[in-house]
Amino acid sequence: MIQRFLPLIVTMAVLVVGFLLCAAQFPNFASLRVVGNLLTDNAFVGIAAAGMTFVILSGGIDLSVGAVIGFTTVLLAVLIEQAGIHPMVAFALALIVGAGFGAAMGAVIHWFQMPPFIVTLAGMFIARGVSFVLTTDSLPINHPLYSDLNEVAWRFSGGGRLSLPAMLLLGVFALSMLLAHWTRFGANIYALGGNRHSAELMGVPVARTTVGVYALSGLLAGLAGIVFSLYTGAGYSLAATGVELDTITAVVIGGTQLTGGYGLVLGTFGGVLIQGLIQTYITFDGTMSSWWTKIAIGVLLFVFILLQKGLLAVWSDRDGDPAEA
Amino acid sequence: MTHPHAPPLLAIRGLSKAFLGVQALDGVDFTLRHGEVHALLGENGAGKSTLIKTLTGVYQRDGGTIALCGEEIAPRSVEDAQRLNIGTVYQEVNLLPNLSVAENLFLGRQPMRFGLVDRAAMRRRARVILDGYGLSIDVAAPLQRFSVATQQIVAIARAVDMSAKVLILDEPTASLDAQEVAVLFDVMRGLKARGIGIVFVTHFLDQVYAVCDRITVLRNGRLVGERRAADLPRLDLVAMMLGRELEAASHRLAQPEEIDDSRPPLVRFQGFGKTRSVAPFDLDIRPGEVVGLAGLLGSGRTETARLAFGVDRADSGSVTVDGEKTQLRGPREAVRLGFGYCPEDRKKEGIVGALSVRENIILALQARQGWLKPIPRRRQQEIADRFIRLLDIRTPDAERPIQLLSGGNQQKALLARWLATEPRFLILDEPTRGIDVGAHAEIIRLIERLCADGMALLVVSSELEEIVAYSRRVIVLRDRHHVDVLRGEDVSVERIVASIASESPPSPVPPSPVAEVRP
Repeated sequence: MIQRFLPLIVTMAVLVVGFLLCAAQFPNFASLRVVGNLLTDNAFVGIAAAGMTFVILSGGIDLSVGAVIGFTTVLLAVLIEQAGIHPMVAFALALIVGAGFGAAMGAVIHWFQMPPFIVTLAGMFIARGVSFVLTTDSLPINHPLYSDLNEVAWRFSGGGRLSLPAMLLLGVFALSMLLAHWTRFGANIYALGGNRHSAELMGVPVARTTVGVYALSGLLAGLAGIVFSLYTGAGYSLAATGVELDTITAVVIGGTQLTGGYGLVLGTFGGVLIQGLIQTYITFDGTMSSWWTKIAIGVLLFVFILLQKGLLAVWSDRDGDPAEA
Repeated sequence: MTHPHAPPLLAIRGLSKAFLGVQALDGVDFTLRHGEVHALLGENGAGKSTLIKTLTGVYQRDGGTIALCGEEIAPRSVEDAQRLNIGTVYQEVNLLPNLSVAENLFLGRQPMRFGLVDRAAMRRRARVILDGYGLSIDVAAPLQRFSVATQQIVAIARAVDMSAKVLILDEPTASLDAQEVAVLFDVMRGLKARGIGIVFVTHFLDQVYAVCDRITVLRNGRLVGERRAADLPRLDLVAMMLGRELEAASHRLAQPEEIDDSRPPLVRFQGFGKTRSVAPFDLDIRPGEVVGLAGLLGSGRTETARLAFGVDRADSGSVTVDGEKTQLRGPREAVRLGFGYCPEDRKKEGIVGALSVRENIILALQARQGWLKPIPRRRQQEIADRFIRLLDIRTPDAERPIQLLSGGNQQKALLARWLATEPRFLILDEPTRGIDVGAHAEIIRLIERLCADGMALLVVSSELEEIVAYSRRVIVLRDRHHVDVLRGEDVSVERIVASIASESPPSPVPPSPVAEVRP
């Protein structure tokens, strides 16, 4: 059992050690306020990363995530500000569009047997392009519900607050873990990532699972877009550029293998927070260029990939152990 | 457990299936009774896998009936067959190595509670099921942690738990060692006692007699016969499989001229072998000599050829070429030593379909010379034209993509590829497979001519008459061991068949011609 959880343990250990190091350097770091902000600031990346985890576990990839987030912010701004639709209705529409877009990509991937990389790359261009067609400007959203929603928070003593985006982030991860480990859909995703051919022979509904996985990723990208729109209070067609890569990074640092089949949703949560932690550290430091975040994340990603390779090698040594029979 | 008056568990009558005009199954009957292990045997192209795939819903039959417990069925898919209580376990374990043992057993039918998978109940039930197979393992551990044999048993447990009437085992023992096979056989006997009918496909005759009640033999898509295992001597079984009338005399078409056995061999393999592939063997080949490798499918013929060319690395023994010990590190090394190899599956391992005949012919020569020193186009053209003429390769011109040629002409082009390198030792694996009768004879004549020119040849073939016709010596393989060497008057179809069928446990070190040469 330990083997399965080892990558998760490593991720969480890095997170805890990193947090303790930061706390040792900056006395104000270890506070509920910092933790609350960490969750709020990384909510949209985290929500999208949860969806990406399922896609990667199934052996695929979804490059359209960032573009779908950007598109959602633009769609919300246009619907709320220009069409005068109530934000709640607009949110529902955005989620439906996100899920439908993902499902369409999943369908193309399955029935035309296209590589997910290409299909979702095309999806990325389409989503980004449509955003630009809708508007090239940054459209502010001034609906009163936005400021109301931004006030929703669970406040702690000492100025810490668990904002609505943070709550959504935690809720999404709780539900994702349930979905991954306690439903047949979750088991089918792991099966697909383990070996597509075997999964098919074992009666896994491959079509339904593939479409479902990309629809889920699209849905969560839509939700991430809503959160991002709340966070920035605007719709902008260039928003969240490159976020798909941040989510893939979070998934890999979280111990999920890019080839699919192995990994845990909770690990992605750790991966998101590690990235956020590095960002927060550099903000606290104040003198470092924010590009150090990228360098640190790059190094970390590299280390984690090597670690996975090492773990895999150890596992395959165990293969064919006749003593088990 | 058999019920003489009840309908048989599975009754297949007059089953036919054709692919693109090739009759893969032609009116085949097959009967499986309750609680029996029934071997389904036959050489390549016999129709075993077509029969199984028709039974498991992968293919749809063209004609005939399949009845399960007296009721006609027509499975349309693998899931459909599972619903009809027909389960299959393949040689390659088709389970998911990344999932736990329990998840593999219950994928798609997990016990649910409150709409969620009840993981505790799943593990509990998995333990109960595997206890029934004498397997007490950690069912929460990923499947890949366990040996192939354990995985095989998990696959069987899943198939039986899902569909408890007919179990098809398609070469389940191919990658197991002797001890693991014994465990598997215990499992099979246990299932038999529960009344399950098992269809057992294997290439190992010892295993057939160890565990099977009945034997059905197919050949070229037709039923040869069904016998009780106890009533069928091995010799008759091999004859049924190979389709030889033992009474019919077979002559050696040409007597290869005498070669002095005391002359130093060109190539000498000593204790050469690879675990789980071929047991260590000794083999000497002299210039101008053709050595045939005979045996049933899966006996280690092709594996021997691959080892000899360095495609697979041997893990024991040594090679001596021209009296000098060498390392056979891979095909490149082999080519440098003057070896050549025409593989069995020319589509997959031999020809490069989209390249022209000329490019295919010069491939090995160019590889040996190194890609930095390209052979001039004029020279390429000369070589290609010479071999097209010499081997009578029927192609409008040398620039035609080789995939447009017929099988026999592709085979000749492959031969040309190696002949162009002027090899001293050429290995041919099934040189006449899938080519028409005329080309067949030409290839045999070519083999004779090559050895008259002083080339040493090692030829694998399942056509016994053919082997007898050109081989000076025939090595017989059984269960991955070189079990016999026939020479001189002993080289005959009868002797080869008898040797394949003989029951003596394979000796670790086979009788070897080397022993006679040594002082």
